[in-house]
Amino acid sequence: MDPVKEPVISLRGATATLGSRPVLRGIDLTVRRGEVVALLGANGSGKSTAVRSAIGQVPLTGGGIELFGTELKRFRDWARVGYVPQRTTAASGVPATVREVVASGRLSRTKLGLLSKADRAAVARAIELVGLADRAKDSVNALSGGQHQRVLIARALASEPELLIMDEPMAGVDLASQEILAATLREQVAGGATVLLVLHELGPLEPLIDRAVVLRDGCVTHDGPPPKATGQHALPGHDHVHPHSAAEPIRTGLLT
Amino acid sequence: MEILQTAFMQRALIAAVLVGITAPAVGIYLVQRRQALMGDGIGHVAMTGVGLGFLLNSSPVWMATLVSVVGAVTMELIRAYGKTRGDIALAMLFYGGMAGGVLLVNLSDTGSNANLSSYLFGSLSTVSDSDVTSICVLAAFVVLVTVGLRRQLFAVSQDEEFARVTGLPVRALNLLVAVTAAITVTVAMRAVGLLLVSALMVVPVAAAQQISRSFAVTFVLAVVIGTTVTLAGTVTSYYQDVPPGATIVLLAIGAFIALTALAAPLARRRARLAETTAEQCTLEVPGSRTAADEATV
Repeated sequence: MDPVKEPVISLRGATATLGSRPVLRGIDLTVRRGEVVALLGANGSGKSTAVRSAIGQVPLTGGGIELFGTELKRFRDWARVGYVPQRTTAASGVPATVREVVASGRLSRTKLGLLSKADRAAVARAIELVGLADRAKDSVNALSGGQHQRVLIARALASEPELLIMDEPMAGVDLASQEILAATLREQVAGGATVLLVLHELGPLEPLIDRAVVLRDGCVTHDGPPPKATGQHALPGHDHVHPHSAAEPIRTGLLT
Repeated sequence: MEILQTAFMQRALIAAVLVGITAPAVGIYLVQRRQALMGDGIGHVAMTGVGLGFLLNSSPVWMATLVSVVGAVTMELIRAYGKTRGDIALAMLFYGGMAGGVLLVNLSDTGSNANLSSYLFGSLSTVSDSDVTSICVLAAFVVLVTVGLRRQLFAVSQDEEFARVTGLPVRALNLLVAVTAAITVTVAMRAVGLLLVSALMVVPVAAAQQISRSFAVTFVLAVVIGTTVTLAGTVTSYYQDVPPGATIVLLAIGAFIALTALAAPLARRRARLAETTAEQCTLEVPGSRTAADEATV
């Protein structure tokens, strides 16, 4: 039996409220080094709040959080964490290039200092990993929705993190970009990265996922191997989109 | 150049250049975080400072700096912590600041509404030597912050939540932007006036981003546009008897319109360039007709 790896994220009895509504009602969640854990659940189940509390963006009303074995309050080593927030766009009020946005992810290493040659190389590598090397000098305003998501992921990868935390990285992403994201993630996992990601459905990431944690109404209802199209996924109206196999002819509907 | 020989014009030109540099340099971060009207709010609050300066017989510039820094920090705290209707709280601050200024100036012995209007609409020709010194010191601080911390301020203005997770001191940087904006307002107050300050923070940035694709180019271009219009406006007001503040702002809007008109042909040219380098579609779609199919039927 493998020795049990040390926990990278651990939430113990975490409770949190938004306004007066309890969103997390005592969650235990442990992610160990090298694991890929998916957090699943319906809208409003608390999965986004759970990951945002793990990085200190939502204050807990009870329980505790540790990152890399350090109490969150005392955790300062943010370069080890790559965070992909839930966004539909990487743009802001002023134009910015892909490289400029991705370079801001390197600030967890450079802090208030200047960008060194090694930093620039890391930024270029992160852009290449998500397949946007030829768009590095383009404005993010000129990108498609899936490409925006790839920019956000490259930004998280720029600090060469050990732990990736992603909040719905697949939301609104076309299939081509989903495949690229899955490949990027596979490479990170092969390199020893730990991943916690919020997903609405497993999709093309399914083969990568070691463990799924399902939340409902702020409580953990499942913690184990990814569920096989049961529960959440078997509900009517829960659309699965799968890529068409290459051999399948394109049906126009004109001949049948 | 006779314009450079008079002392008051020398002072006016120095003040104009410094305003042309600093206002867009701060403004770009405000526009980036979609707070383009923040400068306007600070301008209103600074009125109370000017009034207080008159009432206490102290320098209106330094009093305005002090009060607008307090106002800007309050606005930032309301934005960061305010849970309910931040816009209403900000509106109170704007109008309270304006009303306070008018009231305090009228209460003072030395001030009058005529004095006040030189702060409202700017009065470059009455810039004194001590004004120039304060403007230089304040402008140096603004340039140091906006250029020296550009990567950090860019990240915080681009995506605040992400910036917090990189471990940057986001709260301190946000307050720094607010303080820097407040200082810029008082730097620009003498040149374009409190009511038009925000225009110089926003319009050059808006003009620059019509034709730029990157943040760095937008920054440089906005400062170039800002400096050009403040200089041109000051020189124009010397030869033609027109108010410099209003002239500067109208020139900036002119630059915006000109660059917007230029943007469409520029985008077309870029698209053409991209087309020549990119390959044409080569994917065969099964079932689609080609000219050869037609010929065999």
